[in-house]
Amino acid sequence: MTQYRAAVHITPRRGILDPQGKAVAGALHSLGFQGVGDVLVGRHLVLDVEAADEQRVRAAVREMCERLLANPVTEDFEIASVVAS
Amino acid sequence: MKFGIVTFPGSNCDHDAYHAVVDALGEEAVYLWHKDHDLQGADVVVLPGGFSYGDYLRAGAIARFSPIMREVVAHAERGAPVLAVCNGFQIACEAGLLPGALLRNAGLSFICEPVTLRVENAATRFTSGYAPGQLLNIPIAHGEGRYTADRSTLDRLEGEGRVIFRYVDATGNPTSAANPNGSLSNIAGIVNERGNVLGLMPHPERAMDPLLGSDDGVALFESVLGRVTA
Repeated sequence: MTQYRAAVHITPRRGILDPQGKAVAGALHSLGFQGVGDVLVGRHLVLDVEAADEQRVRAAVREMCERLLANPVTEDFEIASVVAS
Repeated sequence: MKFGIVTFPGSNCDHDAYHAVVDALGEEAVYLWHKDHDLQGADVVVLPGGFSYGDYLRAGAIARFSPIMREVVAHAERGAPVLAVCNGFQIACEAGLLPGALLRNAGLSFICEPVTLRVENAATRFTSGYAPGQLLNIPIAHGEGRYTADRSTLDRLEGEGRVIFRYVDATGNPTSAANPNGSLSNIAGIVNERGNVLGLMPHPERAMDPLLGSDDGVALFESVLGRVTA
């Protein structure tokens, strides 16, 4: 077994109003960052997972996202990285 | 009738629900600790408001895995009534008892105020004590009450008369100004397909006595009790 560290991004699904993202975008515009378009405010999770190989870590983290970490009605998730630690 | 009121760590409306059932209605109620596996013979389960598990991850996301929820889901699958208020509504959606999800209020603020609701369907076991289209004064108190579902789910809810309460203005119109949290179609409460699980963000259990501003919640409980002969 190897120790891995997995990182997951969870973001509000596009098309669903994200009032936090809109507020942040408005603040960035007022700072002069006029090139900023949509902003999504989500969550970033870092999980330490022990498994035989990276593929198993990815499968497990995917299932965690589907069952708990992300809401399938309103959020999208992406496994950003899995590295041996 | 016996009400079982589930207490999760962070529930804070369980006592309001108990007061409504026992003191206002004169019925029996028991608190059900979230780690229990037994509904203690409750005829009606109440998932009360509050901040179960501190709303960590998402409101209701962790509470849905509490041991008692297995029994609550089985109770609902038997067709028995479940009243899911505020955080209870969020938990019921996370548990798949009701479709959709409740997101951060569009204005980002926690809102605690009385609102006007319109009874959209008075032919349910939760609303038979109301007249169709009746306007109710019921308080809300939430930060994450923006009802959201995909288009086909919304169409089904509307088509099947499963939108039970809507936020409206004083004249009964579902305007955007009367929508406190940005819920799609001003939705404040829905039932499941079978009509035995009601989820709503407003708090009928806090509207049981004119002394506290409104007793418009009483008829909801009396409907569940079948006391209504209308």
